[in-house]
Amino acid sequence: MRDLFRGKLVRLTFEEPEARAKAEVRWQRDTEFHRLADSDPAQMVSEKKLKEWFEKQSEIGFKPERYPFSVRTLADDRHIAFFALWLDLIHSEAWVGIGIGEREFWGKGYGTDMMKLGLQYAFTELNVQRVSLGLHEYNPRALRSYEKAGFRMEGRTRQDLMREGKHYDSLWMGILREEWIQMQGGDLNE
Amino acid sequence: MFDIQTQLFEGRDIRFGPIDYEKDPEIESKWTHDSAFIRMYEINPARPLSAAIVKKQYEKLEKQVEEDKNLYHFMIRAKEDDRLIGKAVIQWVEWTNGNAWVHLGIGSADDQRKGYGSQALSMLVRFAFAELNLFRLSARVPEYNEPAIALFNKFGFVEEVRRRQALDRDGRRWDLIVFGLLNSEWQNQAKPVLSAVEG
Repeated sequence: MRDLFRGKLVRLTFEEPEARAKAEVRWQRDTEFHRLADSDPAQMVSEKKLKEWFEKQSEIGFKPERYPFSVRTLADDRHIAFFALWLDLIHSEAWVGIGIGEREFWGKGYGTDMMKLGLQYAFTELNVQRVSLGLHEYNPRALRSYEKAGFRMEGRTRQDLMREGKHYDSLWMGILREEWIQMQGGDLNE
Repeated sequence: MFDIQTQLFEGRDIRFGPIDYEKDPEIESKWTHDSAFIRMYEINPARPLSAAIVKKQYEKLEKQVEEDKNLYHFMIRAKEDDRLIGKAVIQWVEWTNGNAWVHLGIGSADDQRKGYGSQALSMLVRFAFAELNLFRLSARVPEYNEPAIALFNKFGFVEEVRRRQALDRDGRRWDLIVFGLLNSEWQNQAKPVLSAVEG
């Protein structure tokens, strides 16, 4: 059997709301991080409010629709990122949200490693038919990482983002179950 | 002077109106019992709803309109007798990015294929671009909804994304298409489309 939660560089964990809130307070100060990860305006939320959100999320954390994880490095057990899956059971699809808050871990393969774990979880544990994500065209590092993990480009919604007075596209990517199985050598039982 | 005299909510055969809590729940309840319609209108599972539940949904919706400020909801009514024939919605408005999603449907089979959808989309797009001042509009259409695809193509929406096999219906998988239209594109072609509707 595969280890669902342990990759080459990182492992998927569940962190307490307090730890997540503390990390988020640190990460939200980095507006480059925010603007890479989100299309909403950057804003500051208190640790108290964040903790309440994460507590609420933890309560419903094991409802079928939502699977939030935190990510720790294997080398020194640092909490560096969040990883979440939103599951559409009806159409057997999962959406990915991912963000590495600790910026010294950008561009070093950590994101790809957690995405591979996420895809394995989605296809072998949630058993979905496809996994989807969206990203901004001004995030080429993410694009390369997602392509490495096996996502294919499915289109771009033109100029649906505005940053610093300029319009940018959103990119839409997806990977089908067959495509992922093929990447594993065509056999899930190997 | 801008086109202040052309009413935003009046078309040739239809008008946009608010919810009528007395009459509409009964009619929309009927639509929810028509699985052919619901499967074209929604990607959520079709399920029949009572008039009382539909009424509760209206209340929830109006609360959402008031609180979230990112949703505009219209009932489509026939001008001749004011009967409810459909719904037209601008939703998920992202004000800082100038983007939103359109969604519309003509509920009863008797009212379909009469150009009402075309008139409603024309009004909805004008509302989004000329009243909300949005920069672009998106629309999500399953690949099996051919009338909707034809309608969005007619209005110059561009097929931008094809989410492969994103839907499961009748034991097979279908693509989900995302269309997009920019305000600038609408400005350039608004007149021919409008006159086609009027004609």
